Amino acid sequence: MAMTVQLDVVSAEEKIFSGLVESVQVTGSEGELGILPFHAPLLTTLKPGMVRIVKQFGEEHVIYVAGGVLEVQPDTITVLADVAVRGEDLDEQAALDAQKRAEEAMQHAGADFNYAEAAAQLAEAIAQLRIIQKMRKK
Amino acid sequence: MAGGKEIKSKIGSINNTRKITSAMEKVAVSKMRKAQDRVAATRPYAEGMRKVIGNVANGSLEYRHPYLAEREVKRVGYIVISTDRGLCGGLNTNEFKKVALELKSWKDKGVDAQFAVIGNKATAFFKRFGGKVVAQQAGSGDVPRLADVLGSVKVMLNAFNEGRIDRLFLVYNKFVNTMKQEPVIDQLLPLPKADIEQKEHNWDYLYEPDPQPIIDMLLDRFVESQVYQGVVENSASEHAARMVAMKAATDNAGNLMDDLKLVYNKARQAAITQELSEIVAGAAAVG
Repeated sequence: MAMTVQLDVVSAEEKIFSGLVESVQVTGSEGELGILPFHAPLLTTLKPGMVRIVKQFGEEHVIYVAGGVLEVQPDTITVLADVAVRGEDLDEQAALDAQKRAEEAMQHAGADFNYAEAAAQLAEAIAQLRIIQKMRKK
Repeated sequence: MAGGKEIKSKIGSINNTRKITSAMEKVAVSKMRKAQDRVAATRPYAEGMRKVIGNVANGSLEYRHPYLAEREVKRVGYIVISTDRGLCGGLNTNEFKKVALELKSWKDKGVDAQFAVIGNKATAFFKRFGGKVVAQQAGSGDVPRLADVLGSVKVMLNAFNEGRIDRLFLVYNKFVNTMKQEPVIDQLLPLPKADIEQKEHNWDYLYEPDPQPIIDMLLDRFVESQVYQGVVENSASEHAARMVAMKAATDNAGNLMDDLKLVYNKARQAAITQELSEIVAGAAAVG
């Protein structure tokens, strides 16, 4: 029987794969990598691409990852996968959007919540409660 | 029959409210289950990350990442996670109280604070409370995605890198169990010492290409995953709190209805008695 190694492919949102494998092929930032059991400790970033897994008993399995980090220990391999393709520009854009939303939210006071209306509703509810209480006392 | 009709319509409206609250309770139960599963699903990533960072932090001592170094605290940043919707008991209120309390102690020390808020309720709170909000995010729905939090996290990480904040905290409601959710304030940056296990070992990784870009990326991802985990955990707490609140509301509506029915029946009885006595009195007067 071929030697196997424990492989975990996880992303921040879910566990994608976990099990014993005979070999793994990934696209590292420096090029294609093939990892077999008892590989020396290795740490590298991944480029978006396929992870080709040969499971125990030779069954093949392919997973797409959008980048991430590969950690190799002699007895375990961990792929910390990104959930989406990431780039410095995209991240920066997301940051700017979040900032803009903050400014908008702070300026448009009461855009999502009408205080006058809510106060009127509250007053009505209190009046109703009073009537109920009075009725109970009778 | 005094007020009979009013009582009857009141009973009807309370009954309708009860139907709504009990439906909301049932929805919250099923959403909570799913949210709990998501909490469990986010754990392996954070654990894997922590393990790797622990190893790297030991291995490459010549490179000290700024996220690992303590510095003098002049300004602090908070990422505050709240719910988008209300009707979930004191969940948000308790959380904000805790933040306000901590802010006061920072203020006493002359430390400024800025906030990145996730969720409508936190936005509304800081609008009233005041405070410098630098990033905002809302409407992630019941299935939060990692992409939803990236913008806010990036703003705070940039602020930390550029020295505009010296410490970064994460505030969210921790899901303890269905009945208990606890607001917690976790320190994200600099990484608390306990998070980085100092293991004695005399091996090091082969790095491709260099340790520095890898550790940079890892630490960013680590912070992101912590925040995402907070969001997921907060969502589980939200549904649990809503479930409990709606159950209490349903019970209260039931009690109120019982009481009102009693009042109604008494009024009805009194009206009948009065009518009878009037008839009897009338008959006696005639006869």
